[in-house]
Amino acid sequence: MFGRLVYESFRRQKRRKLLAGVAITLGVGVATAMIAVATDIGDKISRELRTYGANLVVTPQEDTLDVQIGGVDLKPPSDGAYLNEADLPKIRGTFWHHNIIGFAPMLPVSVRVNDADAKNATLLGTYFSKRLTFGKEDFATGVRITHPWWKVQGAWPDDNSTDVLLGESLAARLGRKAGDEIEISGQPHRIVGILSTGGVEDNEIIAPLALAQQILGKPGAVRRLYVSALTKPEDAFARRDPQTLRGAEYDRWYCSPYAASIAFQLQEAIPHSHAEQIRQIAQNEGTVLSRIKGLMLLVTLAALFASALAVSAAMATAIFERRTEVGLMKALGAGSISVAALFFAEALLLALIGGVVGFAGGSLLARQIGRSIFDSQITIEPVLFPVILAIAVIVTFAGSAMAIRRAVKLDPVYALRGEA
Amino acid sequence: MSSRRNSALINRRAGKPHTSMFLRMLMRAAVLRRGRAASALLAMVVAAAVATAMLNLYVDVQAKLRKEFRNYGANIVVVAKDGQALPADAFDKVNSALAGHGLAVPFAYVVARTSDGQSVVVSGTDLDQVRRLDSWWSVTAWPNITQDALVGARASLVVSPQGRAFDLSFQERTIRLNPAGTLRTGASEDSRIYLSLKDLKSWTGVQPSTIEIASSGSSEEIEALIQKLSQALPAVEVRPIRQIMEGEARVLGKTRATLAAAAVLIIATAALCVLSTLIGWVFDRRRDFAIMKALGASERLISGFFAAEAAALGAVGAIVGFGIGVGVAAWIGRVNFHAPVVPRFSVLPIVVVGSIAVALISAVLPIFLLRRVQPAMILRGE
Repeated sequence: MFGRLVYESFRRQKRRKLLAGVAITLGVGVATAMIAVATDIGDKISRELRTYGANLVVTPQEDTLDVQIGGVDLKPPSDGAYLNEADLPKIRGTFWHHNIIGFAPMLPVSVRVNDADAKNATLLGTYFSKRLTFGKEDFATGVRITHPWWKVQGAWPDDNSTDVLLGESLAARLGRKAGDEIEISGQPHRIVGILSTGGVEDNEIIAPLALAQQILGKPGAVRRLYVSALTKPEDAFARRDPQTLRGAEYDRWYCSPYAASIAFQLQEAIPHSHAEQIRQIAQNEGTVLSRIKGLMLLVTLAALFASALAVSAAMATAIFERRTEVGLMKALGAGSISVAALFFAEALLLALIGGVVGFAGGSLLARQIGRSIFDSQITIEPVLFPVILAIAVIVTFAGSAMAIRRAVKLDPVYALRGEA
Repeated sequence: MSSRRNSALINRRAGKPHTSMFLRMLMRAAVLRRGRAASALLAMVVAAAVATAMLNLYVDVQAKLRKEFRNYGANIVVVAKDGQALPADAFDKVNSALAGHGLAVPFAYVVARTSDGQSVVVSGTDLDQVRRLDSWWSVTAWPNITQDALVGARASLVVSPQGRAFDLSFQERTIRLNPAGTLRTGASEDSRIYLSLKDLKSWTGVQPSTIEIASSGSSEEIEALIQKLSQALPAVEVRPIRQIMEGEARVLGKTRATLAAAAVLIIATAALCVLSTLIGWVFDRRRDFAIMKALGASERLISGFFAAEAAALGAVGAIVGFGIGVGVAAWIGRVNFHAPVVPRFSVLPIVVVGSIAVALISAVLPIFLLRRVQPAMILRGE
C-alpha cells in the first residue's frame, strides 16, 4: 500500500514532481561544480603562478660572490666553481620530480662582439627546450618552460645548433635583426630571433649551453640552475631545520612539497651544490595561493547555501500544495507518522534521482569551466559522489521537514475545506 | 466595511481607478497571509543578499588581489643609462608622478673591496622603504643606526663570518661597518651589502642609479605611469618588469574568470529559488484571483495587482538583501584578505532591477497560465 501510494503520487503529479526534481538537480549540479572547482583551484592556480618563473635556484657549493649590478656581471667569467651538466637529469630522480615543471641551466660568458666598434657583451648559455633522458624517461626542459615571459621575434634556436638569440636592446644598438649574422669571439653565428624579456637579458646574447661552454673552454660547466616547481605554501613546520627533525617528523617534512624540502632534495641529487628558494617567487606564491583558495572556499559555501535554499524552497512549495491530500489521508485514519513517512519517502526518491542527475550535470559543468578558463581538465574525485548524494538527501529532508511538520499538524476539516 | 467595498465596486464599474482600494488589497494580502508572504520575502532577501555579495566580491577582488600581488615587489624600474647616476631630481619626479599610488625606492650601487681584496657589491638605499617594497626579504635584524649594514647571507661568509665589524674600501676611502643583520633572498641580494643611502653617499659620494617602483594600479594605469615617467625623465630608461606584470595579469584574469563563473551559477540558483517560491505563492492564491475575476475585475487589473505586489516584494527584498549582502562580502573580505570589501553602490541598481524582474516573471507566469480557467472551477477547488 505504501509503495503504491508513493508510485501513484509520482505517476499522477508529474508536473509538481518534475519541478521539485529540477530544483534539486540544479542545486546539486551547482554544488558539485563549485566543490569540484574549489578543490582543484589550488592546483590550477599553482600552475598559473609558475608564470612567475623559477622558484628555486641551485648554485655550486663553493660559489664566490656575485659581483653583479643591474644584472651586469662585473667579475671575470673564468672565476668560481661550476655545476656539472651531466648531473642535471638526476633532478628527475628526486622524490618530488612530478612537481618539477622544468629547469634551465645558465652559464654567462663574457664575449667580444666583433663589430664596427668592438664591444664586450655577455653571452648567456642555456637550454631552450632541450630533450633529455633520465632512465627510461624522455623529457624536454629549458627557458621556454621556466621563463614563460620571454618573448622571441623570429624563431627559438635549436639546442644542438650554434644559432643565437639577440636581446632586444643589444640588437637595436648593433642594428641587427633576425636572420642576420653576428661574429662572436671570432666565429660567425646566425641570429634566429630577437629576445624581449623586460629584464637584463635584453642586453645579452642568448645561446645554447654547449656553445657557451665551448667559448668558455669548460665542457659540462653550468653556473647556476633555475628550477620551477609546484610547491605547497610554507607554514611553521616547513621552516624547521631538517637537521633537527627526527624519524616520522623528518619523513613528513621530506615528503611534503615545501619549497625548502624540494631544495633540500635538489641538493642531494646534484653533487657539490647549494639549492635555495628564490624568496621573491616562492614566498609570495604561498600567500597568493592561499588567498585565492580561501576565496573560492567561501564562495563555494555561498553556492552550497544558495542551492540548499533553492531545494528547500521547492520542496516546501511542493508539500504545501498537497495539504488537501494530507487532510484526506488523515480523515481516513492515517497517523502523523505514516503521512510523514510518505513525504519523506518521496523526498528521498527525489533527492536520489536529482542527486545522480545533478552530479553528472555538475561534473560536466566543472569540466567546461576547467577547459574554458584553465585549458585543462578539472578532476572530479570519485569520493565526491557519495558526499554529494548525502548532501542532497540531507538538504532535501531539511527543506521538507518544516513543511511536513505543518502538513501533519493540519486539522483535516480545515484542510479539506481549503482554509489552511 | 461592506458599504466601502460597494462604493469601490461602483467606482470600478464606473471605470474610475481606485488607488486606495488597490493599495488596501496589496496591504491586506501581505498581512493576512503573513507566513507565506514572509517566506516569499525571505527567499527574495536571501537571493538578493547572495547576488550582492557575489557581485561586490567580483568587483572588489581585483583590488584585493592586486594588493597581495604587490608583495612581489617592484613592477617598474627606472635605470640610468650606461651606469651613470640618475638626475638629482629624478626621485622627486617619480614620487610626484606616483601621487601616493605606490612606493618608490632609490638604490645606489658601488663595487667595494674587502680587507682581503675581494670585490663585493654595496648598495645604498632607504631601508625602511625597502622593508615595505620587498616584503619577502628574510632579515634577522634591520639596521637602524648609522654605519650599521644589512649583509647578504653569502656576503657575510666573506666579510664577517663571525659577525664582527668589517672594513670596506672604495677608491682609497675606507668605512667601518657593523653587521646588524643577515639578509636571505635566494637571489643576487645574498651577495650584497646594504647600507642607508646617507652612509653610502658620505662614504663614496655615489648617487642613486636605480629607482624601483611598486605601482598598485591596473595594467592600463601602469602603462600610463610608464609613459608619464618617460616624458618627465627623458634621459633615463623606464621599463616595466615583465616577469611580475605578466604573472600577475594571468593569475588575476583566471581568478576573476572563475569567480565570474561561480557568481553566475550562484545567482542563477538564487533566482531559481525565488522563482519557485513566488510561483508557489501566487498559485496558492488562485482563489483570490478567481474571486476578483468573478467580481468583474479585468484581466489587466488582476495582472497589475499581482505584478505590483511582486514588484513591491522584489524592491523590499532587494534593498534588505543588499544590506545583508554587503555585510557578507565585508565578512569574506575580512576573513580572507584581512581587509573588508568596500560596499559598491554601483551594484545596487543591478540587484534591485534584477530582483524586481525575477519577481515580476514569477508573478505573471502563473497568472498567464490561470487566465483561461473559469473562476467557478477554481472556486470549486478543481
